[in-house]
Amino acid sequence: MSVVQGTDQGEVIETDVVIIGAGPVGLFAVFELGLLDIKAHLIDILDKPGGQCAELYPEKPIYDIPALPEVSGQGLTDRLLEQIKPFDPAFHFNERVDRLKRLEDGRYELETDAGTIFRAKVVVIAAGGGSFTPKRPPLKDIEKFEGKSVFYTVRRMEEFRDRDVLIVGGGDSALDWVLSLQPIAKSMTLMHRRDDFRAAPHSVQQMRALVGAEKMRLVIGQVSELKGNDGLLASATVKTKTGEETVVCDRLLPFFGLTMKLGPVADWGLNLHENLVPVDTEKFETSEGGIFAIGDINTYPGKLKLILSGFHEAALMARKAHSYIHPDKKLLFQYTTSSSSLQKKLGVRD
Amino acid sequence: MAKVTFKQPDGTETTVEAAAGVTVMEAAKINLMSGIEAECGGACACATCHVYIDANWVEKTGKPNEMEEDMLDFAFDVRETSRLSCQIKISDELDGLVVEVPEKQF
Ligand SMILES: Cc1cc2nc3c(=O)[nH]c(=O)nc-3n(C[C@H](O)[C@H](O)[C@H](O)COP(=O)(O)OP(=O)(O)OC[C@H]3O[C@@H](n4cnc5c(N)ncnc54)[C@H](O)[C@@H]3O)c2cc1C
Ligand code: FES
Repeated sequence: MSVVQGTDQGEVIETDVVIIGAGPVGLFAVFELGLLDIKAHLIDILDKPGGQCAELYPEKPIYDIPALPEVSGQGLTDRLLEQIKPFDPAFHFNERVDRLKRLEDGRYELETDAGTIFRAKVVVIAAGGGSFTPKRPPLKDIEKFEGKSVFYTVRRMEEFRDRDVLIVGGGDSALDWVLSLQPIAKSMTLMHRRDDFRAAPHSVQQMRALVGAEKMRLVIGQVSELKGNDGLLASATVKTKTGEETVVCDRLLPFFGLTMKLGPVADWGLNLHENLVPVDTEKFETSEGGIFAIGDINTYPGKLKLILSGFHEAALMARKAHSYIHPDKKLLFQYTTSSSSLQKKLGVRD
Repeated sequence: MAKVTFKQPDGTETTVEAAAGVTVMEAAKINLMSGIEAECGGACACATCHVYIDANWVEKTGKPNEMEEDMLDFAFDVRETSRLSCQIKISDELDGLVVEVPEKQF
């Protein structure tokens, strides 16, 4: 798997196809495109491939993938990665596609939140249920503090230097940031609803050692109110087993997992129907020629939100994409079983 | 069949009939009960089917297992009586069950 690490701000990547979303359907699209000599870059806001399968249910079994009587979410992802390996797709993780526009030469330009720019003849939206976004605790007025005192990810550690930092959660993100930010923060408090942590045991041990050495605090409880003015947090009110407590803090990092939000897809001028992208069922193309939508993100009469349907959609999409990318080449119908040219591409024949 | 009553934060109560074997979350969804989102469809992967079990029923519904307890970390305002409704199967034993829907599911 070629993972492209944080490209330079403003760098331009030119490619045949950009696939937005590295869920199971985006991954299989690499395969179908690859068979037709089309190279793809994949972009996902997550830090890994597999979409819902890898993020929401990596260990749970799926029973309706043809010819795989039982496979876990992660197992399916791993097998797809193995299957697409011959086509060596380029992965861009931790980046969200924010902008998509048509260029004068007919190609499309995409820009991510990290500033990476892609130019491609074809765009495949395989955005599933939308981009994974951190859950926002339903606390009154929390949105007023966001971006100033409340953050859901750490983009710049400096933001937390010499601050009274409160981190809420019990998983790896919470514990990892407690350990990374504690040395530079003025004070560090970790809050969790119970004295039991899902995070890796060695991080929990390190955290407990810091608490033992009085270098940070651990509070068992739940935030019930935020106090402060003009977006600047002053303290959080905490419900504990025994009553209420005030934690002084001017930076808050809540880690309550991720939820799927349609996000920027809504801003690209495509027709939308109830937050889904309508497509035809011959090519799975959107209202814009050259932009396709496959998998959970699309809708058409009879649509089933199943991985299986997304795989079929990817195969048909690839044939139409071929006509945009190699307009002068005729497309033959071939079986992988018998076509020596397909087998060469798959690396199973020299 | 068993009866399940859902209490909303505003005090309204709705009682529905549910077949043994379905989950409390499914009973809520089939009856279009507000306040139960169940984004993940019952896979214990989202915590948006959070409910509080009425004090009189806590013993019968039992405690969450470890996976559910971990998932409850992602719910808001978790209490002693918190459960994920997709993890409670309805049975004759639970006929008359009363659950409270939280103010917010996140
Ligand atoms: C608990 C559970 C159990 C399931 N069980 C089954 C089952 O048994 N069988 C079955 O067929 N299906 C099942 N499903 C459904 C299945 O997981 C989905 O149909 C499938 O994941 C859809 O794949 P996808 O590639 O279209 O989208 P997703 O898996 O949703 O992936 C989309 C990806 O796109 C990314 N993305 C979106 N927008 C952007 C953007 N602007 N920039 C960057 N990245 C973006 C997202 O972060 C995400 O990673 C289940 C789902 C759940 C939640
Ligand atoms: S429905 Fe998602 S955890 Fe219960």
